[in-house]
Amino acid sequence: MEESMTAKNKLMSMSEAISELTSDEMSIVMGSGMEQNIPFSAGHELIRQKRRNLHLVGPISDILFDQLIGAGCVSKVSAAWVGNVMMGSAYNFRRSIEQGIPHKVEVTDYSNFAIACALHAAALGVPYLPMRSLLGTDILKNNPNLIEIESPFDTSEKLSAVKALCPDLAIIHAQRADCHGSAHIWGGLGVVADSAKASKRTLILADEIVETEVIESDPNRTVVPGFLVDAVVCEPYAAHPSPSQGKYNRDHHHYTEYHADTKDREGFLNWLERWVFEVPDRAGYRRLLGDARLLELSVRDTALAAETDFGY
Amino acid sequence: MVVTAAREIKDGEVVYVGMRLPLLAFLMAKNLHAPSAVGFYENGLIRETPSSELLFTMGDPPNILGATQAGDMLNVMGMLQSGRVDIGFLGAGEVDKFGNLNSTAVHKVDGSIVRLPGSGGASDIASLAKRTVMLVEHSKRRLPERVSYVTSPGYGDGGDWRQQVGLIRGGPSCLITTMGVFRFDNKDNSARLESIHPSVDSSVIKSETGWEIVSDDSTRSTQEPSKEELALIRKIDPKRFWTA
Repeated sequence: MEESMTAKNKLMSMSEAISELTSDEMSIVMGSGMEQNIPFSAGHELIRQKRRNLHLVGPISDILFDQLIGAGCVSKVSAAWVGNVMMGSAYNFRRSIEQGIPHKVEVTDYSNFAIACALHAAALGVPYLPMRSLLGTDILKNNPNLIEIESPFDTSEKLSAVKALCPDLAIIHAQRADCHGSAHIWGGLGVVADSAKASKRTLILADEIVETEVIESDPNRTVVPGFLVDAVVCEPYAAHPSPSQGKYNRDHHHYTEYHADTKDREGFLNWLERWVFEVPDRAGYRRLLGDARLLELSVRDTALAAETDFGY
Repeated sequence: MVVTAAREIKDGEVVYVGMRLPLLAFLMAKNLHAPSAVGFYENGLIRETPSSELLFTMGDPPNILGATQAGDMLNVMGMLQSGRVDIGFLGAGEVDKFGNLNSTAVHKVDGSIVRLPGSGGASDIASLAKRTVMLVEHSKRRLPERVSYVTSPGYGDGGDWRQQVGLIRGGPSCLITTMGVFRFDNKDNSARLESIHPSVDSSVIKSETGWEIVSDDSTRSTQEPSKEELALIRKIDPKRFWTA
């Protein structure tokens, strides 16, 4: 095939991608895969490039949003949950809201279903979606993007309406992608597909880059089609400490350690220095983790899916 | 708490499993009395067999391996909304006598606030499951008469509040605390103390609850974990991460 007829190669380094695709005051959806495939590596580069006044969007983000809040990158959060999933609360989020350290972040509270509907509405190109959840709650009363409505077909029926949410950028971690951005992801898919379709631009962060033939051999596994994608970054262990099914396991210890180390502001600043500012990139981060830890987290028992015949 | 929660799951039910302790309660029920229960997880997983390892989060690799379906969140949330979920589990910072939950922010007496992580999927489960079971650590601070912020709806002000606000089904079935079990079967849908855990004094549970507990002949002692249940919990959680 002629070069002009093939899709564009969008591979770049993380520092290039964050520099080209992000700017201050942007809204960015991350953590759309819930507890797996969290794009920590991209979050750390946002911190290194000192992005400010970001608006973070996501259902839950485990400790990623907490790190960005603590690093002073964030002014707004639209989310259902911000914390440390296995440990409970996360301290930077609490310090920001309770004490304004490093500064106060404005939080718009959603539920998971509501944030999923907000992104789905944007993905469908409609201004809102109706839902039966959240009626009678203070979430509905306090979030300006949620209102109570009547069904247009039966005015005795109460519903909640969720306004579409169109982030400027989706950052999505995938187990594998081709250089055009078509991404294979497996496991729980959370709100990944909608986050790409809802956003103006998409950055794919992949553990592995594969030939397009690999993607096209299993099209049901493609969660994000490449034409929606603006840049692709390949970095092994990009989602660490979150898991990437079939690539590496969840580093539970890292989450408990983070919980203990970031209890006070000084502890967090030390953590940030060690794990973000003193490592130039993900390769440096892997060196800091060390070979023994990486081996410990690697897949011990391969579990291949049954063969799927796409022949005809 | 976990054992009592596991007992609430009946065989064959569709269970919306929340984060943290319910992960363990569902594993217990599946391994003991509810082998054909189906688990829904908001990251998009549906499981018909228990995971082979202890879970710290629902996205852990052992929860994905062997799942029946791995789809997106709207798939499971949609089925929750359309009425396919029998029972959902919830945790919270505060719960009141009508089973309303606050997991957003607690206002302290001195005017300061404690910011909690937020709803996650809890408000959706509380709105849409046929019945819910809540797990909360027992203290006066965590069990106020009324929560200051309703993150997840219980019975609101009581009575037919749910119907009035437009919720089409559901509501709290029971509240399991570290001291006892409350059942929401009073006429006004407020909590009735059903049982007190062994070794907990009834005067302590009264003084540590933010609403008045009416003594009732029906209050009994919570059934202790059986040898089988204890053995299983030690096997599943050998390092006692969830059951310290």
